Amino acid sequence: MIDFHLEPRSGVAPYMQLVHQVQQALRLGMLDVGDQLPTVKQVVAKIAINPNTVLKAYRELERQGLVAPRPGRGTFVTATLADASLDAHAELKTALQQWIASARGAGLDDEAIQALFDTTIRKAPQATP
Amino acid sequence: MNTPVLSTNALTKRYGRHTALAEATLDIPAGRIVGLVGPNGAGKSTLLALAAGLIRPTSGRIEVLGRTPAADAAQLADVGFVAQDTPVYAGLTVGDHLKLGEHLNPTWDAAFADGRVRQLGLDLGRKAGRLSGGQKAQLALTIAAAKRPKLLIFDEPVAALDPLARRAFLQNLMEFVAELDVSVILSSHLIGDVERVCDHLVVLAESRVQVAGDIDDLTAAHHRLVGPRGTLDALPDGVQVIAADHTDRQTTLIVHNTTGRPFEHPGADTIGLEDMVLTYLHRAEGLTAPTLEETRA
Repeated sequence: MIDFHLEPRSGVAPYMQLVHQVQQALRLGMLDVGDQLPTVKQVVAKIAINPNTVLKAYRELERQGLVAPRPGRGTFVTATLADASLDAHAELKTALQQWIASARGAGLDDEAIQALFDTTIRKAPQATP
Repeated sequence: MNTPVLSTNALTKRYGRHTALAEATLDIPAGRIVGLVGPNGAGKSTLLALAAGLIRPTSGRIEVLGRTPAADAAQLADVGFVAQDTPVYAGLTVGDHLKLGEHLNPTWDAAFADGRVRQLGLDLGRKAGRLSGGQKAQLALTIAAAKRPKLLIFDEPVAALDPLARRAFLQNLMEFVAELDVSVILSSHLIGDVERVCDHLVVLAESRVQVAGDIDDLTAAHHRLVGPRGTLDALPDGVQVIAADHTDRQTTLIVHNTTGRPFEHPGADTIGLEDMVLTYLHRAEGLTAPTLEETRA
């Protein structure tokens, strides 16, 4: 469970502040798929905020595909923003830089490299999950 | 549930020669928490008393929950009113207040009232006159809510409270709203509180409604425009100038976009709720915010 807060002087609409706080918690792994968000009543009792504002924030998160309501039980996280593939990015980038260097070494200019990449990725078979 | 909670047309209240409220036309949907803001003497208490049925209009029409205020017992039961400074009977105990509420209100929810008083830690045997300001406000709120009204009206409920008691009162009020499905109209000087708890705004000044609407819509439709002097003269139809400030080189406009379409203009910026409210209050007083030129002189 996470706690919300409200910064009145931020100039950001209160419901957007709640949306940002959930997104941030998802990015940092403080919230994960299956976790429950605080109920509307818990939020309003804690930070003295309009219940409609909380509902509006949860609807926006639902629209973004991040949470879903379960009738009579509350609102639950259905997706995460913590990207599992992030760790692999650095290694792949290094390999790509080496490949670009050897392509340039072979006399290809950037447009030719781009074209080669595009045609190759189109023809590469999609791995079946 | 589509009956407006408050609907008025050219609502006017005069006391002798003094006009307390002039030509107020409002249409407030149910389910909102309405913030009524404006300076002292703007007509806030008059509007709230008209809505509660404590006074009758001089002219114009008012309907609360689709009926004339205080028309009969059923209409009275639907509206809870807490006057300024959340009055309680100093000589009666907390328990007496609950008994009184039960006797006077056919729709009294005793379980709810008892539960709240226990949760607040109020001693049933204590005289209300010996409660703190915050506790008195909480007791008045509990009694108003325990009659299970469809509309709760508060006149400056938190003005006399310290910051902690104020926050506790608003927390409780928001819990009621989440729990009881009730509309609320409250007047306040504190725009920060209004921004936190309200979703609908009515700005009153000089006995007139200056602007009213859902807060998110209003803040999205108001902009500050800054540009070299003389470049901001041509604005699209439906974009009203609320305030204009000029220095010898620069013009600053606060505009209200009433077109319903997005307003794209170079130099246009959003404006916070507080600045928006203050702009209307300044305009009503016939003043503009002090400009650089004035402060230099």
